[in-house]
Amino acid sequence: MSDFFTFSDPNVRLVTAGTILLGISAAIVGTFTFLRKRALVGDAIAHAILPGVCLSFMITGEKHPAYLLVGAVLAGWLSLLVMDYLSSRTKLSTDTAIGAVLSVFFGAGILLLTSIQHSGSANQAGLDQFLFGKAAAMTQRDIWVFSGVAVVLLGLVLAFFRSFKLISFDPAFAKSIGLPVRRLEFLLSTITVLAVATGIQAVGVVLMAALLITPAAAARFWTDRIQVMILLAAAFGLLSGLFGSWISYTAPSMPTGPWIVVLLSMIAVVSVVVAPKRGIWARLRLQRSNARKIRQENILKAFYGIGEAADAPVATVAVDMLRQQRPFEDIALQLGLRELVKKGLLHKHKPGSYALTPTGLQESRRVVRLHRLWELYLTERMNYAADHVHNTAEAIEHVITPEVEAALLRELDHPILDPHDAVIPYQNPSKPSAS
Amino acid sequence: MNAFWIILTGALVATSCGLLGTFLILRKMAMVGDAISHAVLPGIVIAYLLSESRDVLPMLIGAAALGVLTTFMIEFLYQKARLQIDASIGITFTWLFAIGIILISLYAGQVDLDQDCVLYGEIAYVPLDLWITESGRLLGPRPVWILSGVLALILLIIILGYRGLKITTFDPEYAAAVGISTVFWHYLLMSAVSVTTVVAFESVGAILVVAFLIVPPATAYLLTEKLHNMLLLTVGLGILTAVSGYYLAVWIDGSVAGAMAVSSGVFLLLAVLFSPSTGVLTQRFRQQAIPVPAQGYKER
Repeated sequence: MSDFFTFSDPNVRLVTAGTILLGISAAIVGTFTFLRKRALVGDAIAHAILPGVCLSFMITGEKHPAYLLVGAVLAGWLSLLVMDYLSSRTKLSTDTAIGAVLSVFFGAGILLLTSIQHSGSANQAGLDQFLFGKAAAMTQRDIWVFSGVAVVLLGLVLAFFRSFKLISFDPAFAKSIGLPVRRLEFLLSTITVLAVATGIQAVGVVLMAALLITPAAAARFWTDRIQVMILLAAAFGLLSGLFGSWISYTAPSMPTGPWIVVLLSMIAVVSVVVAPKRGIWARLRLQRSNARKIRQENILKAFYGIGEAADAPVATVAVDMLRQQRPFEDIALQLGLRELVKKGLLHKHKPGSYALTPTGLQESRRVVRLHRLWELYLTERMNYAADHVHNTAEAIEHVITPEVEAALLRELDHPILDPHDAVIPYQNPSKPSAS
Repeated sequence: MNAFWIILTGALVATSCGLLGTFLILRKMAMVGDAISHAVLPGIVIAYLLSESRDVLPMLIGAAALGVLTTFMIEFLYQKARLQIDASIGITFTWLFAIGIILISLYAGQVDLDQDCVLYGEIAYVPLDLWITESGRLLGPRPVWILSGVLALILLIIILGYRGLKITTFDPEYAAAVGISTVFWHYLLMSAVSVTTVVAFESVGAILVVAFLIVPPATAYLLTEKLHNMLLLTVGLGILTAVSGYYLAVWIDGSVAGAMAVSSGVFLLLAVLFSPSTGVLTQRFRQQAIPVPAQGYKER
């Protein structure tokens, strides 16, 4: 491991520098590809580049990376035009257009490639690096070309950052403020084709889509800001490039490209699961805490209802009475009661019977108040029939914030009775609002 | 004779793929088919390793399992993680394909698969892989028999399940309302796509199988409005593609599968330009030649 990370071996330096450069530039460009929901277009471009590469070799008879790049970019561009044409001018759907262009262009590339190989041209060996990538066999010349491309890409992204951001999020708005949307899209597409045409040499045709979009998709889970997203995506690209080269350095039989992609996918999966707010785990926790809140508030309401009917707010209530008041699920009821005792809103007198504590009474009054206020609001201000408002109020009472409550009270002028003539309970029952 | 076997193989692949692809593109799932065709790779390698042979059955099971896993992962990323659909598809298949390539490198000695073959197959070797019975009778190339079996299976599914497939394709809500399980037909279709992909793998590879899945049905879609006709047209186009592709490959001296993909593209291009109902040039020609009659005449 230390051998690798000192970067004393010039070959290690080359390979690592190359994969990192390609990883970072693909990730940065890919962020826009991802935001414009064109991930699979990137995949199609990667496949469609092949015939361009072969033709440029057939014409020049050379394998200079710069020549091949020109052929690749032209073919990538043509494929974009054809995809746009098919999906906008024929009745084929976008994904059919992408799939058709991808496979036909690639087929043409394979046909040309095999034809070149069969022709016995001495110079052709190595053209298939475009199929599988050749991270481990990069030369000084490749690195110069890649660095040049990376600098151009970064420069363009920096220079046009604001415009690219606008056309990614809201092309209609961009147009309305007078941006040359079509020209900018052309530029952005060209940058994408360029990033694909270079990146493909690290990971190959099939895996190129991953280099482009997986870092961006992973970054999306951590942030809502595009600047942060680009930086994160670039960092993911860098890390996977670094460790991908390290793995194939320590185990020479291991291919670099696929490992880069596997590492990227792992980063994405971790992000999907643990990222705060957008991650699956965070969302599950939020759902569970909402479910708990609703469960507890419904039990408190049942207590209040029983107390109101008996005119004894803090009387001891048996669990069976709660069930009669409201059809609870058994497990939910037991769980909710235990949670409420723990929070000090209920106390348990003997097994199976409970009473509200003073804070519990306050809390139950709050929930019932919100329910009745909302019912009143619906009948008075929204012209609902009184017998149609209960279910809506059941749902919304759990999410009304104190600010909304204050607004409702102002709007309805501190009412006393709800549409069903039940008393709306206020925090301090001894002095209801002036009537 | 070799030419006959190669063309027959191509036509069988084209027919099987085209029939399934028709439903894929009508369901707007063309790229899911693409993803499955790549993602079955680790399934094939694992089946190789476990069964230590090239038996068909373990491979088909491995493939079907991976196909369902792919669909499941895409659905998971899309619905549970709320990732956009293109990224869900892209991440899933690249990940599985990368794992497949790593497995091939890891067990290079034990797995008789190389990377070239994975990408574009080698249909020209089909006539060499002969099936000889124990009594020494020559039954022709093995892949042809396997492909015929799969085609029979697909025909059976489509004929017996025509109603279910059709209704869940065109009107999933109605299907659910009359008690037809969209989930069942979805996963059945996906399993059939994975099985077909694997069988076609050796002869045309992971990417060109997509050409057969998508391009002939897309061409047929431009030519007709009826599902029934679309299926028949797709089969016809698939066979035409196989024949013309073979001779193109002989002419250029290149990969047969690649040439077949190119010729399928040529048919698509012709349909885009000259389709009687929707062709670009047909419409332009019609606009110039025939004056559109006015709806009634106004008084002047």
